[in-house]
Amino acid sequence: MHTTLNPNEIISRRVAQELSDGMLVNLGIGLPTQVANYLPKDMTVFLQSENGLIGLGTRPPEGMEDEDLTDAGGAPVTAIPGAARLDSVFSFGLIRGGHLDMTVLGGLQVDSCGRLANWMIPGKMAPGMGGAMDLVSGAKRVIVAMQHTAKGTHKILNECTLPLTSQRAVSLIVTELAVIEPTENGLLLKELAPGVSVETVIAATTAPLIISDRLSVMKLD
Amino acid sequence: MKKALPVDVVVEMIEPGSILMIGGFMGIGSPHRIIDALVEAGTQDLTVIANDTGKTNYGIGRLINSGQIKHVIASHIGLNPETQAKMFSGEITVDLVPQGNLAERIRAAGYGLGGVLVKTGMGTLVEESKQRVHVNGEDWLLELPLFADYALIHAHQADYLGNLAYQLTATNFNPVMAMAAKKVFCETNEIVPVGMITPNEVITPGAIITELVAMPHRHH
Repeated sequence: MHTTLNPNEIISRRVAQELSDGMLVNLGIGLPTQVANYLPKDMTVFLQSENGLIGLGTRPPEGMEDEDLTDAGGAPVTAIPGAARLDSVFSFGLIRGGHLDMTVLGGLQVDSCGRLANWMIPGKMAPGMGGAMDLVSGAKRVIVAMQHTAKGTHKILNECTLPLTSQRAVSLIVTELAVIEPTENGLLLKELAPGVSVETVIAATTAPLIISDRLSVMKLD
Repeated sequence: MKKALPVDVVVEMIEPGSILMIGGFMGIGSPHRIIDALVEAGTQDLTVIANDTGKTNYGIGRLINSGQIKHVIASHIGLNPETQAKMFSGEITVDLVPQGNLAERIRAAGYGLGGVLVKTGMGTLVEESKQRVHVNGEDWLLELPLFADYALIHAHQADYLGNLAYQLTATNFNPVMAMAAKKVFCETNEIVPVGMITPNEVITPGAIITELVAMPHRHH
């Protein structure tokens, strides 16, 4: 395990490397939002907020909030110069219509085909899917950013026990231990976090892993 | 010209058992004065179609707390534990709809479409009791239109023709809901003389607005 970075920092830094100049990207609420903190200063990424904005900025200073400018969690945000307001139909047209280059979402479980479950725990928690099903079904690339296990309970399984978000496999899974890519043959272990062994990842994963012959260590600087 | 009416007069027109669309996203861009007046009026057995149910006793959450809602169609109720509790206890029924499908189902109603074909939700719980359609060699999920008796919406500005302009992320579902209900009641941050909202700025034309809610008096 990396000695100075906490798990969420490792995940956010690694996911940030998947973004490139000019992309239109939707970052989910929670951990995925932190990815924005690790983008190179000279990179222009258009961040979409599905409640109706392209050009999502940082949190406003206290006392400078605008009641009509929030993220999808209802928290105050700013809009960068050149931002655009969208209504809900347009916002989801962007998502469904294949205009969104990437979405980064949190996950509860992922199965051996790379299918995500992240919207419901039957009988316990039914927050609703919000925009998650549209994002996973519609974005060009879907990245799951999540801790590898839930306090030791495996999250990367042969089959999800929770209801699926979409039948479509995600593009990449980034955890504090590893980077895993769902492929036709199964889950491909591509990168290890610094100081993490293949055995550690296998022990924390129920689904079988194919070890890449080009297995490398995450670069986190 | 439209005369703006006091909010209590507007909500008196809403019958018990009505199907309402209510604009807003986590209360941002929701018609809070109309919601408050509806709680005051106590109109029962409402069905509400909305993105979410706000927070506990805030926004649409006020109508959840007051027990006036029997059925909710929404994409997200996660930030309102009261809605979830009443759903689990059976006091209200909730249909959870993916946010993009919800927007398109409302749009279908407002734009005269018999339904929309989508990928979102295929092979998930959302597909239950819905029809698959095979078009151009691909499977699609058929989502049907959602109509309402009343759309209760919020805009930034109205003029006295009912032309509406919206502000930033308070826009959200309001413009599409204005198209999908038999009657449209709108409250605003301000009402300005006709002509002040330029044609390019008008998002919802006044011709489809039924009633404007009068502003509370500020200068006494």
